[in-house]
Amino acid sequence: MKNNLRWYKNGMRDGIPIALGYFAVAFTLGIVAKNAGLTAFQALLAAGLTNASAGGYAGFTLIAESAPYIEVAVTEFIVNVRYLLMSCALSQKLHPKTSTLHRAIVAFDVTDEVFGISMAVKGDLNPFYNYGAMTVSIPGWALGAFFGVIMGNVLPASLVSALSVGLYGMFLAIIIPPARKNKVIAGLVILSMALSFAFSRLPVLSGISSGMRVIILTVAISLAAAILFPVKETEEAENAV
Amino acid sequence: MQYKVYIYIIIMAAVTYAIRILPLALIRKKITNVTLRSFLFYVPYVTLAVMTFPAILEATNSIWSGLAALIAGVALAYFGVSLFGVAVCSCAVVFVTELIIKLF
Repeated sequence: MKNNLRWYKNGMRDGIPIALGYFAVAFTLGIVAKNAGLTAFQALLAAGLTNASAGGYAGFTLIAESAPYIEVAVTEFIVNVRYLLMSCALSQKLHPKTSTLHRAIVAFDVTDEVFGISMAVKGDLNPFYNYGAMTVSIPGWALGAFFGVIMGNVLPASLVSALSVGLYGMFLAIIIPPARKNKVIAGLVILSMALSFAFSRLPVLSGISSGMRVIILTVAISLAAAILFPVKETEEAENAV
Repeated sequence: MQYKVYIYIIIMAAVTYAIRILPLALIRKKITNVTLRSFLFYVPYVTLAVMTFPAILEATNSIWSGLAALIAGVALAYFGVSLFGVAVCSCAVVFVTELIIKLF
């Protein structure tokens, strides 16, 4: 019990920067929701139930044009399918005996950021760590969308611009320290960024949506690395992301 | 028209949740295949790196403030600054860089 409480508190601590970043990003998402004709309550509901930035953005854009339901479902699947990969990785991070209920709650908030910090804990992941992170990050995300609708463009652009970079700062804090210790990871990080940049700039390839780009590159690069540099169990434990 | 918005929201939430719950609920054992384990081991680094760059350059009002945040973020993370520290400093770097850009 005491152990769970400690995990919960650690989750909340690590969730605070996520919540702040979420608030800023969701604020801009709220502006999109407002333009799509959603009320502040609807934006809050959509954000709080999906916890997905690209998914929210794509959904609101489709609502604005009264797209068919099936199109919304297919689009949501495509822009969010990277969470499928993340959930696979998370399934290995949880203790095999973790109950279905715990898995179901953890699944509700598998986002880029919560996934990042969950994989960064040492050893098996305790679901209470995720609950702590969710306690602060979900309200940050949902309220950001809510205030985005009602306050529109009140927040100065310079502040929104500064806050929106916080999430990337967090990603760097997750991937750089292990890259410093492990040359394979360092090489992969550099290669991933280089190819991601190439995909976003080259003709034809730049037509691929950013969600698809993440999936294609993640699968291709991780698979190549897995074949060329298989990981030993001990190494996995030492380098817990 | 208003009720349709709620149907849209339910579809968005249901599809997104299905993607997240299926692997977590279905894969219950430790995977023993070395290649598959290694693949899943590398996924977080690759996916976070792909998502960070070049998106960080486009997230801010100016490419230069994004680039400054990237360099600062990598340097701070390299020297072991905490998650929160790196996130906040990146934001501050963007804010200051954009102030400086405005001066010129």
